[in-house]
Amino acid sequence: MLKRNKKTKKGFWHDAWYRLRKNKSAMFALFILGLLVICAIFADYIAPYPYSLQDYNHTFEFPSRKHLLGTDNFGRDILSRIIHGSRISLLVGFSSITTAIIFGGLLGAVSGFYGGKVDNALMRAMDILMAIPGMLLAISLAAALKPGLTNLVIAIAIADIPGYARVVRAAVLTIKEQEYIEASQCIGASDGRIIFKHILPNCLAPIIVQATLGMAGAILSASALSFLGLGIQPPTPEWGSMLSSARQYIRSYWHMTAFPGLAIMITIFALNILGDGLRDALDPRLKN
Amino acid sequence: MSELLRVEHLKKYFDTPRGLLHAVDDVSFSIERGETLGVVGESGCGKSTLGRCIVHLLEPTGGKIFFKDEDITNIRGERLKESRKSMQMIFQDPFSSLNPRMTVKSIIMEPMIIHKLHQGNEAAQEKAVLEIMETVGLAKRLIDSYPHELDGGRRQRIGIARALALEPEFIVCDEPVSALDVSIQAQILNLMRDLQEERNLTYIFITHDLSVVKHISDRICVMYLGNIVEQCPADKLFASQFHPYTQALLSAIPIAKINAKRERIILKGEITSPIDPEPGCRFAARCLYTKPECLEVQPDLKEVEDGHLVACHLY
Repeated sequence: MLKRNKKTKKGFWHDAWYRLRKNKSAMFALFILGLLVICAIFADYIAPYPYSLQDYNHTFEFPSRKHLLGTDNFGRDILSRIIHGSRISLLVGFSSITTAIIFGGLLGAVSGFYGGKVDNALMRAMDILMAIPGMLLAISLAAALKPGLTNLVIAIAIADIPGYARVVRAAVLTIKEQEYIEASQCIGASDGRIIFKHILPNCLAPIIVQATLGMAGAILSASALSFLGLGIQPPTPEWGSMLSSARQYIRSYWHMTAFPGLAIMITIFALNILGDGLRDALDPRLKN
Repeated sequence: MSELLRVEHLKKYFDTPRGLLHAVDDVSFSIERGETLGVVGESGCGKSTLGRCIVHLLEPTGGKIFFKDEDITNIRGERLKESRKSMQMIFQDPFSSLNPRMTVKSIIMEPMIIHKLHQGNEAAQEKAVLEIMETVGLAKRLIDSYPHELDGGRRQRIGIARALALEPEFIVCDEPVSALDVSIQAQILNLMRDLQEERNLTYIFITHDLSVVKHISDRICVMYLGNIVEQCPADKLFASQFHPYTQALLSAIPIAKINAKRERIILKGEITSPIDPEPGCRFAARCLYTKPECLEVQPDLKEVEDGHLVACHLY
């Protein structure tokens, strides 16, 4: 009896996890991402060479037993650089999405909850941001601020804020109509309490889905900005900047571009598949 | 008995794209301490709006609300929060009135946390939660359950427990049983009556269900399109009605007898639109006894018999 109680106690999240577990491709994506996180955390131990070790006797080497993915124009081991690069990519992806969720979520919640003029003003501001293509906005922000990790995160976060604001606003609008919001007004709860304790926890599902899909976009943007020289500066290994510095050798040494590109692709792919899986798992209409 | 709540000329208009919707239009009544005032009427007649105005979930357009002879119409901030302690509301739909992410404990405890009852001591609050759960007939083992694990009757008990957590004197019940099965309706109604006796509670009981209102009310207001058309003690209303609308409404109650003869008054025509209504009696378009006067002047609530008020030009 007690045991069964425990099982049902988790409710919504428990059901969602159960549905996600049945989705094989999403679980595989989760596994890949787990590996990636482990790589990023233990990069110093996993990587066969230090990422900045230059070996001028072995430049432009194709994949071999000694250098599994070959070496670049300075004789640095590409595998080690990719492993270290996962740190930057995950960090940028995670922190820019978190920043975007916090600000976008807050703006969306306030705008949906208060409605009227506040809503109008905030949403028109978001529309203005949205009217500029996200990539272009990130490029101009990154160019205006100095290139660097923090500014890269800020640039990507600002470009992503309107998307989250919209998603959260839409969720808030539906939840606001529920009677339990009126009920908490009736017991004297403050607006802040209603937004944080009652509304936001109930619109977590769409936010999580948007965040997983958004993280893929953020990693891609970070790589693109670094490729353009507006993001992470060499010698710090970053997948995008590795691509950028390798592109002039692409005709003779394919491995220099192929592997960092592959790393980006696999990460994005895994995040997108997981995002799709989460969207299905968190949809209460698919109760089974 | 002393007067607890008085509503004077309360108005609530909603601005809609098609015009001003008169949801509650010039409603006045008063409630004695420990009494239950039933408010009946068809859907959209402004019953719920009236209840929501009284507990400050909606801001009235006009009129005044007095609670214990104190004008509470436009209170804000701390005073409003203070008044929440003495006025609570029980909601209609036990499925949407409870936050699905909160346990029974946190739902019932939330008002205590907000108002820092029991000196803000968590252990004392939890003890109070258990006491209230016992009062409303919820088993202790349900304390960590989520609403979706419980049935409608239990959920509504949680809603009642939440309202009781602040130990109010006055509760607006907005169709508290209409979403429940008939067997559970009776349980909840009896619970509410017991609580009323124990704690000397005063209720406004909003419903469209005449048998429910007969069971629980001391006095009944009949509403039609934002107006009170008839108001009298509960037993009297079922014996004799004056307003043509009330007559038609009561004639619609089925009689549980084979071959029972009943004269059903069938109303013709459609409900007048509450948006920018014409002058005159709201019911005139459907009334069987419409006089020229009815189309021009809106009737006032007049006392026709002792304690029996009717708004109709016939009397």
